Amino acid sequence: MLDKVGIAKRIAKEVRDGMYINLGIGIPTLVANYIPGGMHVVLQSENGLLGIGPFPTEDQIDPDLINAGKQTITMMPGAALFSSAESFGMIRSGKVDLTILGAMEVSERGDIANWKIPGKMVKGMGGAMDLVASAKNIIVAMQHCSKDGASKLLKKCSLPLTGMNCVKKIVSDMAVLNVLPEGAFQLLERAPGISVEQIKNATEGKLIIEGEIPEMILN
Amino acid sequence: MINKVVKDAHDAVNDIHDNAILMLGGFGLCGIPENCISALLKTGVKGLTCISNNAGVDDFGIGLLLKTRQVRKMISSYVGENAEFERQLLSGELEVELIPQGTLAERVRAGGAGIPAFFTPAGYGTEVAEGKEIREFEGKKYLMEHWLRADFSLVKAWKGDTSGNLIFKGTARNFNPMMATAGTITIAEVEELVPTGELDPNQIHTPGIFVHRIFKGSGYEKRIEQRTVTRI
Repeated sequence: MLDKVGIAKRIAKEVRDGMYINLGIGIPTLVANYIPGGMHVVLQSENGLLGIGPFPTEDQIDPDLINAGKQTITMMPGAALFSSAESFGMIRSGKVDLTILGAMEVSERGDIANWKIPGKMVKGMGGAMDLVASAKNIIVAMQHCSKDGASKLLKKCSLPLTGMNCVKKIVSDMAVLNVLPEGAFQLLERAPGISVEQIKNATEGKLIIEGEIPEMILN
Repeated sequence: MINKVVKDAHDAVNDIHDNAILMLGGFGLCGIPENCISALLKTGVKGLTCISNNAGVDDFGIGLLLKTRQVRKMISSYVGENAEFERQLLSGELEVELIPQGTLAERVRAGGAGIPAFFTPAGYGTEVAEGKEIREFEGKKYLMEHWLRADFSLVKAWKGDTSGNLIFKGTARNFNPMMATAGTITIAEVEELVPTGELDPNQIHTPGIFVHRIFKGSGYEKRIEQRTVTRI
């Protein structure tokens, strides 16, 4: 089973030179650390910045410069600042090439649930609904199963949806899968030490397995 | 010429009445109108509807106005950093409307741009779409959202001039420019207030036409929520 860093490393392999990318909070934020050297990408922060740089040193900290997770950050050379309206304008109009975010559940149709658990404190959807409704390409970073072993890759999401028919690819702690438009998870790769049988047992939604499934290459 | 400059935050917010609809700029605690919030604590105005991306934290930002029970309703996209907020929400003392962040930004922008409604794909197929008009454009489904406007917009800028022109800094810009356009009365607090003519017109983010009152704020705390550093 992959840990958080493993999932982030595998997702980093999906990144291509020149992409504009929005990274969600949590595992997706870690992806920035594993983008191959020499590759130039621009990270978007929906609170109004293109060109997120590394965390600042103590003497560089600027309270007027944070990312969407409210962490202090720096700007890369060539960065640009803008309002929240312009930020979501670029998201809605499909200028952002890749959105990477976490999920609590994904359905075989590519529906995603990641903002609300009924009966628990509701914190709000933030920018997640805007991102999933408009992104050209969405990759989800998630745990394949809950702590008690229940699959999170479902026929139909049980939690309130964040968006419909939008997830294209999933990198879980067990596997890499495509979400096919006709409504199925297509198994592409296995996590190191995980068998196809284990993935079958952990996937409630329709799973398509064709030919030999290779093990992920992380480094 | 109309004098837009007021002495301090108290003079700027003193006529905000009970049950007023307010917009407050900021993302998290970044770029929030700290001085105006402190002044509202002193005037004790009640029953406020606050349109703001977030609701502050327990002891800073809008969280302070929640503690004193001055807020009746929050219209926000994410409110998860505040225990008092949670308590009031669960006990029914506080009303909350959660809106996708891009929809919130665009509803405020529309309010300041004279556009009563627009269509967005955000929230289609979710509970956000319930009761809203759905239309298909070029094969994709969109839902209709209405503009938001406020009795008073409270914004925070880096620099301003006595004509009300504003310049923001870093990601403290966020919701402030749109909110400045959507208030019947817009109040701007700035770190640096200069005479008309001193700001470069090429650099102005918010033209003074949108700003009715401006003052130089003081004692900015600019609290950081997640202090993250690179260790060398």
